[in-house]
Amino acid sequence: MPPVLELRGITKAFPGVLANDHIDLTLEQGEILALLGENGAGKTTLMNILYGLYKPDEGEILVRGEKVNIQGPNDAIARGIGMVHQHFMLVPVMTVTENVMLGVETTRGLVLDREQVARRIEEIGREHGLEVDPHAYVKDLPVGLQQRVEIIKVLYRNADILILDEPTAVLTPQEVEDLIEVLQSLIAQGKSIIFITHKLKEVMAVADRITVLRLGRTVGTVEPSKTDPQHLASLMVGRDVNLVVAKKPATPGNPVLEVNDMIALDDRGNVAVNGVTFDVRAGEVLGVAGVQGNGQTELVYALTGLRPPAAGSIRILGQDVSKANPRQITEKGVAHVPEDRQKHGLVLSFPVSDNIALNTYYLSPFAKGVNMQQGAILAASEELVDQFDVRTPNVHVNVSTLSGGNQQKVIVAREFSRPIKLLIASQPTRGLDVGSIEYIHSRIIQKRDEGTAVLVVSSELDEILALSDRIAVMYKGQILDIVSARGTNKKHLGLLMAGIKPAEGAVVATGGDEEEIERVF
Amino acid sequence: MDTTQPAVAPKTEKKRPGRSRTPSGQRSGLLQTILIPFLAVLTGLIIGAIVIAVTDSAAVAAFGRFFQAPGAALAAVWHAVKTAYGALFYGSIGSLSEITTALGSGDPAAIRQAFWPITESLVASTPYIFTGLAVGLGFKAGLFNIGAEGQFFMGSLGAAFVGYSLIGWPWYLHLPLAILGGFAAGAIWGAIPGWLKAKTGGHEVVNTIMMNYIAYRLSDWLINGPMKAPGFRPVTPHIQMSAALPRLFSDPLRINVGFFLALIAAALVFWFLFKTTIGFQIRAVGANPDAARYSGMSITRTIVLAMTLSGGLAGLGGASQVLGVDYWVGQGFSAGYGFDAIAVALIGKSHPVGIVFAALLWGFLRSGATRMQSLAGIPIDIISIIQALVIVFVAAPDIIRGLYRLRKISAEKVVLSRGWGS
Repeated sequence: MPPVLELRGITKAFPGVLANDHIDLTLEQGEILALLGENGAGKTTLMNILYGLYKPDEGEILVRGEKVNIQGPNDAIARGIGMVHQHFMLVPVMTVTENVMLGVETTRGLVLDREQVARRIEEIGREHGLEVDPHAYVKDLPVGLQQRVEIIKVLYRNADILILDEPTAVLTPQEVEDLIEVLQSLIAQGKSIIFITHKLKEVMAVADRITVLRLGRTVGTVEPSKTDPQHLASLMVGRDVNLVVAKKPATPGNPVLEVNDMIALDDRGNVAVNGVTFDVRAGEVLGVAGVQGNGQTELVYALTGLRPPAAGSIRILGQDVSKANPRQITEKGVAHVPEDRQKHGLVLSFPVSDNIALNTYYLSPFAKGVNMQQGAILAASEELVDQFDVRTPNVHVNVSTLSGGNQQKVIVAREFSRPIKLLIASQPTRGLDVGSIEYIHSRIIQKRDEGTAVLVVSSELDEILALSDRIAVMYKGQILDIVSARGTNKKHLGLLMAGIKPAEGAVVATGGDEEEIERVF
Repeated sequence: MDTTQPAVAPKTEKKRPGRSRTPSGQRSGLLQTILIPFLAVLTGLIIGAIVIAVTDSAAVAAFGRFFQAPGAALAAVWHAVKTAYGALFYGSIGSLSEITTALGSGDPAAIRQAFWPITESLVASTPYIFTGLAVGLGFKAGLFNIGAEGQFFMGSLGAAFVGYSLIGWPWYLHLPLAILGGFAAGAIWGAIPGWLKAKTGGHEVVNTIMMNYIAYRLSDWLINGPMKAPGFRPVTPHIQMSAALPRLFSDPLRINVGFFLALIAAALVFWFLFKTTIGFQIRAVGANPDAARYSGMSITRTIVLAMTLSGGLAGLGGASQVLGVDYWVGQGFSAGYGFDAIAVALIGKSHPVGIVFAALLWGFLRSGATRMQSLAGIPIDIISIIQALVIVFVAAPDIIRGLYRLRKISAEKVVLSRGWGS
């Protein structure tokens, strides 16, 4: 039987960039193929070609052994190819039914036939364990269910080749398990799945085969049984990578950051942080875990002075900073690596050197009074770029030309090069490749060993477990629990992230992640 | 990969597929920044020539008989375009033969006459430089200042007031004070919408347009009332000559120190924007207000400052027109400088150097257009067509790139202003 999908020699170039370089990919009937690669490796371009959004410059696509020319997404759908995007394409104010039938509306005469569609949604839900209320409004659904709607959309259009782009980015560990069950049920029904991800451990758990892309080329296809995360990482990056940063035990000192009963609002004025109390001591890393959207973003805004808290207090080294503005907080020795690096961390149209001076441009030696000292700025930038291994042709290029990982390194270089007492890192390695992750993690631990108090906010549990000495889990604006990193595991944290606090002393399945993976199989 | 590589990853950026611009990319980007506006003007002139030919009755008639007498048809077209652009050239720069003859004869009156067109062009460019800088500075801060017109007007009134009401003052006090008066009036007119935007988020497009109307009506009242000169005409009194910007030569040449003031202003704006901490702040707020705020800059203060300075620059334009050229302000005074300024700032890419060149272009075209109309009977609107085409080509550079087969460099987004709620 021919492979259900075959890509041969796919090549796609954009001005200045060769995104796909003669890529070969095969998807067999009834398998889950994982597509693994760094940012910029060409995964998204390749999938966009498959989905008809781009036309390849060279190469052919064969669906079920037949050569095809995919004209656009409708054509792809007609051939049974369905894509579930990383960023959902749902209309929040419409119901599940309306979202599912958007674009392929069934009518009874002139009137939309919602009932028929709703029945079909329930049918699909029962078949695959994707139950969802067809009449619910999408905005009222939690993220895990929203993703189900996306999958139902694709199944409703009779796709039997499914492409999932980073599907687990927004899920708790339990939701990830549920998703894996759904995928296995789909396979049992004869579908075939391509699973795009950069999460090495997941890939080992889920895939039948793994294809690794690097710099627009396929560098290998392996079976999980014949490889391990270490090997996959080195394939992705092209060199050996340290996946777990080695760290000594922490020696915490005095509290640097003290937060008491803090309440913070979101940009709509609703309560997002509902009374949290915690502290971070010098020389330790406090990780804040939780699925995105439980108040972490607003917590960080309050701590960095961007949006003063509605109630409660924040103290840095004993001084109250609840009403301070960002500049005052920076001057107290606080460094901040923001969650959204392009929105809050960098001015993309400025050169690298200007970005390095972005929060200290008015101080000596970067300025003498009102005059900026360009020489000093350039010298400092060149040294930092060297020290932090930022890959850039020089410091004059606009920072927009740098890759995500290098942009993050510019921010890290800027923040770490000041004498700091407190580091607040928000999703520090989001969207970054394995090499950059390794680098930034090691730098964070280095700061912690120098005596800096570190607060890491991340929705990646692996990152939290790797970096933290203590872990606070946020759920619906409150800290459900603060545990020591060594006294917990992914399963325990997963429960907390879902709002379930196990009773004191209850035994949560011990052991490392290896056990969990086996149980999924 | 050579085997001597250390365990740490190599630092030099090798040319790899999948990564973008190298320094040579940035060099050709700079070349295109200069080349494209130049080609835009050229293409505008070419299309303008076509329009001239098409509207010239003699040429059209000759073209009707194209197949019988192709030579004559082409000659008629060439004649029409040559006359028109010749008049344009003569009006804006002058006749080279006239200049050389006059210089040879040594007659001062003749020399002045010969240089009249080019000096008039410089005089005409001066207000465009000031207002172009005003709008350009606004753009750099992410603000769309459509109020340059009103700010220009208020500046002219402010300067005129100081100019005519202080009598018997020495020039070295009176003139700077009058200039300051113009700057201050324009600055206030810019500060108001700036403060409104900072405090309430009210978009400056709406508020500056409204301030324009207030300026018109306010000036109507002032010129017909408190600031009216004795007599029938609704004009302000003539300023004292102690407040006048000195003319460089005698009549009929009107070129005055104002032109050089404009160049100095451009140099100051360049220094301010690119060499000072406040300028850095303004550009950061304009490029990414979120990151600017995060890094500690005060957005409100920056917006108010930028609008104030912008208004002040436009006010200086009004001041230079009153103090250097007209010496009084009449009703309905401004000739749309504030609106042309938007085009000038756009073509000049909001950079002081570009703005000076764009302003010169505008001044020369305007000056030449009047002559073109009187000498060759070509309607002045042809210039408007050419100007409009230049604006379109600069705003949509891909048209030029397509026409002249220039390589597209991955462009960064240039956001000139922000919309509602952003």
